[in-house]
Amino acid sequence: MQLATLFHRGVTTVAAAGLLAVSAATSAATLTVYTAVEAEDLKKYAARFNEDHPDIEIKWVRDSTGIITAKLLAEKNNPKADVIWGLAATSLLLMKSEGMLHPYQPRGIERLDPKFVDKDDPPAWTGMDAWVASICVNTVEQKKHGFATPTSWVDLTRPEYRGHVAMPNPNSSGTGFLDVSSWLQIFGEEGGWQFMDALHENISHYTHSGSKPCKQAARGEVPIGISFAFRGAKSKADGAPIDIIVPSEGIGWDMEATAIVKGTENLKAAQTLVDWSVSEKANMMYNEGYAVVAIAELAKPVEHFPEGILGGMIDNDFEWAANNRKRILGEWQARYDSKSEAK
Amino acid sequence: MPSNPSSSDFYLRIRRLTKKFGEFTALADISLDVLDGEFVCFLGPSGCGKTTLLRAIAGLDIQTAGTIEQAGADISALPPSERDFGIVFQSYALFPNMTAARNVAYGLESRRHSREEVRSRVRELLDLVGLPDQGDKYPAQLSGGQQQRIALARAIAMSPGLLLLDEPLSALDAKVRARLRLEVKALQRRLGITTIMVTHDQEEALTMADRIVVMNHGVIEQVGSPVEIYREPASMFVADFIGTMNFLAAEVTQEGAAGDGGIRTGAFVLACDTSGHSPRERVTAAIRPEDIVLLDAGDSETPGRVGDSRNTGGPRSTGRAENAAEARNADIAPRGGAAVDATVEYVEFLGAFARVELACAGERLRMDLPIAQVQRFDLTAGSAVRAMVPREAVRLYAGAPPDG
Amino acid sequence: MTESALRAPIVKPKVGRDDWTMRAFIGVIGLYLVITLAFPLYAMMSKSVRDNDGAFVGLANYIEYFATPALTWSIGNSLQVATITTLITVTIAFTFAYALTRSCIPLKGLFQSITMIPILVPSLLPGIALVYLFGTQGLIKELLFGYSIYGPIGIVIAEVFFTLPHAIIILITSLSIADARLYEAAVALRTSRLRIFLTVTLPGCRYGLISAAFVVFTLAITDFGAPKVIGGDFNVLATDIYKQVIGQQNFEMGAVVSVVLLIPAVLAFAIDRVVQRRQVALLSSRAVTLEPRPNRGFDAAMLGFCVLVSVFLIGMLGVCQFAALVKFYPYDLSLSLKNYNFDVMDGGGWSSYWNSIRMATYTAGFGTVVVFSGAYLVEKGRGFRAGRTLFQLLAMMPMAVPGLVLGLAYIFFFNHPNNPLGFLYHTMAILVISTIVHFYTVAHLTAVTALKQMDPEFEAVGASLKAPFHRTFRRVTVPVCLPAILDIMIYLFVNAMTTVSAVVFIYGPDTNLASVAVLNMDDAGDIAPAAAMGMMIFYTAASVRLAHFLVSRHLKRRTQAWRIR
Repeated sequence: MQLATLFHRGVTTVAAAGLLAVSAATSAATLTVYTAVEAEDLKKYAARFNEDHPDIEIKWVRDSTGIITAKLLAEKNNPKADVIWGLAATSLLLMKSEGMLHPYQPRGIERLDPKFVDKDDPPAWTGMDAWVASICVNTVEQKKHGFATPTSWVDLTRPEYRGHVAMPNPNSSGTGFLDVSSWLQIFGEEGGWQFMDALHENISHYTHSGSKPCKQAARGEVPIGISFAFRGAKSKADGAPIDIIVPSEGIGWDMEATAIVKGTENLKAAQTLVDWSVSEKANMMYNEGYAVVAIAELAKPVEHFPEGILGGMIDNDFEWAANNRKRILGEWQARYDSKSEAK
Repeated sequence: MPSNPSSSDFYLRIRRLTKKFGEFTALADISLDVLDGEFVCFLGPSGCGKTTLLRAIAGLDIQTAGTIEQAGADISALPPSERDFGIVFQSYALFPNMTAARNVAYGLESRRHSREEVRSRVRELLDLVGLPDQGDKYPAQLSGGQQQRIALARAIAMSPGLLLLDEPLSALDAKVRARLRLEVKALQRRLGITTIMVTHDQEEALTMADRIVVMNHGVIEQVGSPVEIYREPASMFVADFIGTMNFLAAEVTQEGAAGDGGIRTGAFVLACDTSGHSPRERVTAAIRPEDIVLLDAGDSETPGRVGDSRNTGGPRSTGRAENAAEARNADIAPRGGAAVDATVEYVEFLGAFARVELACAGERLRMDLPIAQVQRFDLTAGSAVRAMVPREAVRLYAGAPPDG
Repeated sequence: MTESALRAPIVKPKVGRDDWTMRAFIGVIGLYLVITLAFPLYAMMSKSVRDNDGAFVGLANYIEYFATPALTWSIGNSLQVATITTLITVTIAFTFAYALTRSCIPLKGLFQSITMIPILVPSLLPGIALVYLFGTQGLIKELLFGYSIYGPIGIVIAEVFFTLPHAIIILITSLSIADARLYEAAVALRTSRLRIFLTVTLPGCRYGLISAAFVVFTLAITDFGAPKVIGGDFNVLATDIYKQVIGQQNFEMGAVVSVVLLIPAVLAFAIDRVVQRRQVALLSSRAVTLEPRPNRGFDAAMLGFCVLVSVFLIGMLGVCQFAALVKFYPYDLSLSLKNYNFDVMDGGGWSSYWNSIRMATYTAGFGTVVVFSGAYLVEKGRGFRAGRTLFQLLAMMPMAVPGLVLGLAYIFFFNHPNNPLGFLYHTMAILVISTIVHFYTVAHLTAVTALKQMDPEFEAVGASLKAPFHRTFRRVTVPVCLPAILDIMIYLFVNAMTTVSAVVFIYGPDTNLASVAVLNMDDAGDIAPAAAMGMMIFYTAASVRLAHFLVSRHLKRRTQAWRIR
C-alpha cells in the first residue's frame, strides 16, 4: 500500500521510480475515495461495486460532510483523493467553482432525473440520492416531559422545548448546513436568522455530526434531535422509541453526489467508479436507505420513512446555497458557536 | 614484557601533562618516568589529581596538553581501546551478569582465541589469583576480596604491558586488605608487570610501592622510595600527609650542619641541621613522634628549656640518641639533642604502641612509645617526664606550620 | 622527547573506531529527533505567522485570535478546569498515597494496582462513563442535583480519573523517602500527630507535591479526550485546536492555539524539572525507612478512603463495560454483542483495533531500541560533549509538547508538498514515529536512570580488554538493564494503545486506530460502541501489562543469582 502512496506522491527518486514500475505492473488500481456516506453503509457500497469491478480497490476516507469538504479544500494544492462519492451537492458545487473537479459524463447519465446532474456539459458531478432533514422525537422522553409533538420548525422555538433540542453544527455537518440553508430559503434571509435566534434559545447543544442528534434522541440523551430522515429510520428500525417528524413548513434536502477530483492519477479507474455510481444497480443500493434516488422510477418506499417526505422537500436552490455557503457559515458561527460541541 | 630496554629504561614517560576541566586545573605540568617492571603508587588526598593522572594514562580522560609514551610509542591521543593496559577499579566493575570465569574470559573471547585456549587461560588465571574453584560463581556470590582477585585476573588476562589499579583495595575490610596487599605485590613481582596504583592510603603505598608519587593540588610533591618519602619528606605537605608529625613553629638561631645548627621554638631550644636557612628565619620544625626519646625520670639531664642555664645530662632509656648527654649549652645542643621537661597530657593506646601527648610550656609534642616502655615508666595523665629530641630527628621547612 | 621550556603541546584526542561508531549513532538518533520533533515544531511555529497561502503575516493570526472572544475564552476555561483538577487530584492522590505509605491498611498492593487502571484506557473513556453515570439518562444523575455533566463538571471528573495515577506514583515515591528518624525524634518530643503531619510530613514531600501538581496540571490542560467527549459547549484550548483543524481546516488558527497551549505546558514542564532535580537530591540522602504503626481509627478511615477511590475507578470502567454489552440503553437493557459490530460504525471498524495493536507493537519494539540506544550513547559516550548535550535537550523536549500540538506539527511538516518524507503521511510508519516521539521523554529518563545505576567503569573495562563498545553494550549493558528495557517497552505499548491526541491528526484511511475509533464513534453518536472499543483497549493493555509483570518476575527469578546487590 505504501507503493501506491509513493505512486501518488510522485516522489522523484530513483527508488521510487523502481517501485513505480513494480506497482504499474499490477493491473489492480486503488482509489482513494472521500465520502460522507454513513459509516455503516461503506462496506456495502464497496462490496457491491467490487462485485462488478473486483480489480479496483476502494480506500475510504470518511468524515462528516463539513470535515470532508474542509479537508478537500485544504488539500486543494496537494490532493489526496481520486474520487468523491457521496458528498453534499452544495459542497461539490463549491469545489467546482474552485476548479477542483474533473468534469466527466458517465455512461447511463440519461436515466438520471435532471435535478441530479450538474448543469455543465460534461457535468462536474452527478447525484446519487437525496437526503432530507427531519426531526427525531423520543416518545418516552416526550411523555416524561409532557410536551406536545412539534409539527413545524416554528414549534421548536416554543419555550416548552427549552434545552431539549439538539442539532448539528452546520460548519461540520452537511445536514446542519442544509437545515440552515433551507430555513433561510423558507423564512427569507432575515426571518431565517430570527428563527434561528429563537431556536438557539432552546438548543441544548450543537453536535459535530448530522446523525448524532437523532442517535442521541434515540437514546433519550436529548428528547428532540434535528437530523435527517435516513438516520431516523435506521434508529427506529433498531428499536428506538422515536417519531420522525416532517415539519409543515417544508424540509431542506441535499443530494449526495459523485465527482472525480482533478489531477487524479487513476482517471480510468475513477471513471469506472463514476459510471457504476449512476448505474441502476447503484441506484437500487441507494434506495435501500434513501427514499429519493437519482433514477426516480426505481425509487421504492423505505421502511420507517415518514409520510410526506417527497411533498415536504422544498425547491432547494443549490447554486445559491453553495455560493453563499461561506458567508452563511461565518454568520452562523459568529451568532451561535459557543453552544457547539467540541470540533 | 614488550618494553624496549635498549632505547630507554623507562617504560612509561610522562611529559608536561596538564589536564583542565573548564577553568579548573586538575593536573599542572606533570612529568614522570616509570621504569619497566616498577610498582608505582600515586598517593595523595582526594582531589589531588592522582586518579585524573591514572585516567589520562589509560586514555579514559585524555589530558589537555602534554605527552605520554608507553614502551617508546607516543600514546598521548589514543583512545583506551588502542592502548595496552589492564585496569582494576575500586568497584571492580565486574560484569554482574557473567560468572567469574566469563568475566576473566571477556577480553580473550573478543580476540578470537579458540575456545579451548580461552578455557585453559582462564583456568591458569584463576589459579594465579588463588580462586581455582570459584569460576562458576557470579560476582554477587563472591566476597569482596574474591571479587577483587577476579577483577585482577581479568585485568591481566591479556598480558597487558601496564597494569593500572585505581584504589583497588579501599572497598575491603582491614584484614582482607592487608592480606591482599601482599598478594597483589607478590603477583606483580612474579609477572614483572609495570604497575601503577592510585591510593589515598599511605600504608598501602608504603608497603606495596617501589616508588611513591605524592601528589597535591594537581602537582607532584615528591617522588621517591617509601623510605625516602617517610624519612625525608621533601615538603611540609609530604611531611604532614605521610605518617604522623609534630610541627613546631621556630626561629633559626644558628646556621649550620647537624652539629652546629640550632633553632628556638616557643618552648625549646633544639639542635639540628639548619643549613640552607639563615639566622632569624621563621621556620617549622618537623619531628616524628617515634623519634622522640624518653629519658629516665629523676635523671639530672639538663632540660632544654629556654632561659634555663643548667643544661647537662643524657638519655638513659634508648640508644637512638645516645649522645644527647653532651648538650651543654642552653641555646645549642651540639651533638645529641635537647632534653625537655614535660607533663603527660594523656596516653592513647594504639595496640602495639602508645601515643603519648606531652605538654611543655604551652607547646605540645606527640611521642610514640612501645607499650612495654609506657608500663615501665608507669605513664598516665599528669606524669612528669623528661624527653629528648635527637637532632637528626628534626627537619626544617620554611614557613609556618600547617593548620591543625 | 626534548623537554622544551615552552608550553607543552595541546593534545587532540584521536577519535577511535568505537568513538566514530558511537558518534555516528548519536548523530543518526539525534537526526531522527530533529526530523521528527524539531522540524515539525518549527513548521508549526512558522505556520502560525503565515496566512493560508503561506505568505508571512507576522502576528496577524495572533491578533485575530486575541480579537475573537469565542477563542480567547477557552484560555480561561482551560486554566480554570486544569486548576480545579489539580487541586482535587493532588488532594485525593496525596491522601491515597498517604494511606499506602503511612497506614497499616491491608491490600496495599491491590489498591495500588487499581489506581493504575486509568493509565490503561484512553482519556475519552472516563468521559463516556460519565455520560452513562450522569448524563440525561444517567444511572446516578440525581447526585449532580440538576447540574449538567456536560461542561466543566464532567471535564474535571474525567480529568481527575485520568490524572490520578500519575499523581499517586509521584506522591508514593515522595512519601516513602521520608526519614524515620525525624518521626522518632518528633514522637520523642511528644509532638501531636497533626503537628507532625504539618511540620514533618508535608515539608518532607513538598517537592513531590509540587511536582505532582505540575504534572497533573500539564496533563489536564493538554488533554483532549475528556473535554471532547464530555465538554459539551465548554470550549478549552485542546478542543479548540481540534475544532480549528479538523472541523474548519483552519490550520493557521490551529497553529496559533497550539502555540498558546504550548506556553503553560512548557512552563509547567520547566518548573517540574527543577523541582524533580531537588527531589532527586533528597532521594540520594535518604536514610532509615519509615515503618507505619497500626492505629485503628486512622487505619479504618484510610481504608475507607482507598475503597472509595477504588470504587470510583473501577466503577467508571464497569459502567462502560455495562453500556457496551447492553442492547439499547436505556430502553432495552438486554445483553447483546451488537455494539461490538464495529465494522458498521465510524472509526474504521475492527481493523482499527488490529491497527492499534500493530502500531503499539511497532512502537514498543522500535521505540525501545531507539530510546535505549540513544540514552546509552548519551550516558556512556566519550567526548563529543556538544552533540550529547544537544541530544539530551532534544530528548527532554517531547514532555513539554502536548500531543495535539505534535500531531498538528506533523501535518504541517510531513504533508508539505515539498517534503521528500511526505510519502510517510497517513502510513503506519508515521503513526509509530510520532508515538515514539510523543512518549520519548519518560522512556528516555527510565533508560538513563537504569544506565546511571550501572557501574560507570564497565565501558572502561571493556575498552581496556579491547572489546568494541557494542559488544559490551550487548553482553553487559542490555542484560543488566533488561528490567528497565521491559518497562520502557510496556510504557510505549500501553501509551500507543491509548493515545488519541497526536495520532488523531495523522492517521490515514488504512491506518485507523482503536483510540481514534472511540473518538469518531462518539462523535457520530455511537457512544455504546465507543465504550465497547474503549474497553477492548483496556483489556488489551491490561493483559499486556499482566504479561509484562509475569515476564519480569520470571526474569527476576532467573537472574537473581547475579541481581542481588
